[in-house]
Amino acid sequence: MRKTQIWDHVILLAGVFFMVTPVVLAFLTSTHDAITIYKEGIQFAPGGKFLENYETVLFQAGGFTKEVDGFVMLKNSLILGLGFAIGKIIISMLAAYAIVYFRFPMATLCFWVIFATLLLPLEVRILPSYEIVQKLGMVNTYSGLIVPLIASATGTFFFRQFFLSVPDELLEAARIDGAGPWKFFKDILVPLSQTMIAAIFIIMFVYGWNQYLWPTLITTDESLFTLVRGIKQILQVWVGAQIPAFNEAMALAILAIVPPVLIVVVFQSWFVKGLVESDK
Amino acid sequence: MKKVQFQSRWLPYLLLLPQLAIVTIFFLWPAAEAVQSSFYLEDPFGFGSTFVGLDNFTDTLTSSDYGRVARFTAVFTFFVTFLSLGIALLLAVKADKVLRGASAYKTLLMWVYAVAPPVAGLIGVLLFDQHVGPMVDFFAMFGWKMQIGVDYFDTSFAMLTTAVWKQIPVNFIFFLSGLQGISKSVQEAASIDCRSGLRRFWTVTFPLLAPTGFFLLIINITYAFFDTFGIVDVIVKNEPGNNPVTLVYKVYLDGFRGNDLGGSSAQSVILMAMVFILTIIQFRLIERRVHYT
Repeated sequence: MRKTQIWDHVILLAGVFFMVTPVVLAFLTSTHDAITIYKEGIQFAPGGKFLENYETVLFQAGGFTKEVDGFVMLKNSLILGLGFAIGKIIISMLAAYAIVYFRFPMATLCFWVIFATLLLPLEVRILPSYEIVQKLGMVNTYSGLIVPLIASATGTFFFRQFFLSVPDELLEAARIDGAGPWKFFKDILVPLSQTMIAAIFIIMFVYGWNQYLWPTLITTDESLFTLVRGIKQILQVWVGAQIPAFNEAMALAILAIVPPVLIVVVFQSWFVKGLVESDK
Repeated sequence: MKKVQFQSRWLPYLLLLPQLAIVTIFFLWPAAEAVQSSFYLEDPFGFGSTFVGLDNFTDTLTSSDYGRVARFTAVFTFFVTFLSLGIALLLAVKADKVLRGASAYKTLLMWVYAVAPPVAGLIGVLLFDQHVGPMVDFFAMFGWKMQIGVDYFDTSFAMLTTAVWKQIPVNFIFFLSGLQGISKSVQEAASIDCRSGLRRFWTVTFPLLAPTGFFLLIINITYAFFDTFGIVDVIVKNEPGNNPVTLVYKVYLDGFRGNDLGGSSAQSVILMAMVFILTIIQFRLIERRVHYT
């Protein structure tokens, strides 16, 4: 009995080692200077250049036009993550409310039009999507970055499931007390959904923060780069150099990792609930 | 549907308006354009286009390049799905079993969920780098000289490792919550009837996890197809020449680099059909999942 328990821990520790080591090594790399890394390979102990490297990455402009620094990218990532999460929650809650709580002609049609979006991820219709955003003059704008990503119906699907599980008696009681649709939504449904909103917010924030393909196409102006979008620039400018600046590249990678990881770890129970219950 | 509902002539449409507007402009319209331009041959300088029927599709499907990429995508998808599901299941079973440190293990095994695929790819580039990468040193001990970006197989290996690493947390979370959903009384009854832990797992726990597994299978296939774009893009570093790429990456390459609008659209439409089938299967499985639990 004891022996099997030890094996359980050995396997779990091996799993943890596999998951954690790459990021730890990336962090350690970010605390050395480029020449040491180039000469001696990756270092397995922390170096003394932590503050220096992170300061360079955060406040010194890099890239092609020398116009954007890590701080601006961090800000853009936050705008994308928050804008996407909040926009998606508001739009999909309203849509789900209409679908679940109203009887109107064409309800089924609207339902299917919205849910058809689940069928096609952005990646398969990337070229025409880009052309349309270009036609609308939304290239290199925050709205061009955020709004097209909201098109998929994952959030609506999630809130629909949740609203359907809310007992009918609540609506009956509210109607007897004379509450209209707006009052019911604002005073009963939204407070009831708080945990769900938090859970979906975490998932959507991480999703938005981690977007890569769409920002790569839509933002060619460096002042709109997000951290994740900046990865490509890092590769070309820093890693492609004579002495590859792996230290700075990894510092930026760590900056891109920390905020979403913190949110997932701190709000772990909400996050897991949201992920498992939304099923998508 | 609800038994009691509101009646209003205009309110539901107003509530649906933002979502429908976004869906129409950024979803239906581009999808229609993709389908339409897959039947046309676009002039590379933008002077109109000619209707060519199914030529784009036959060209795509018969080109050797497309066949190569499709084969790679299939193999890649198989291994990503199989390995990340297998490892995650093993870890979830163990994490469900241990008493001490269970929540620490759980946190440490799932936080990688929040790492963006291209960032994972960048770390992969570092670890598999010719000069500084420890993985290259490690495999050199066994006489394997890795050349990422040069050797087709080595590059695929780095890509696969990174993609599996990134996908384990999601599978782990779902498997663990599936395991925790199995009632204690079932497990106790099983342990009275059968002493072998391994046999108990395959005959009782595994079938009960099957709905979660099927569902995850679809999720993983979708992941390997689409979400690995960032990993692929970072690891092949703008030099797709001889390197392994996935079908989605090829859509992007042909459309944005090769300026082959018709071909790229035809590929999009083929992918759309695949996703369509996958999603239908997924919906049917979700329905079944409800019956199970």
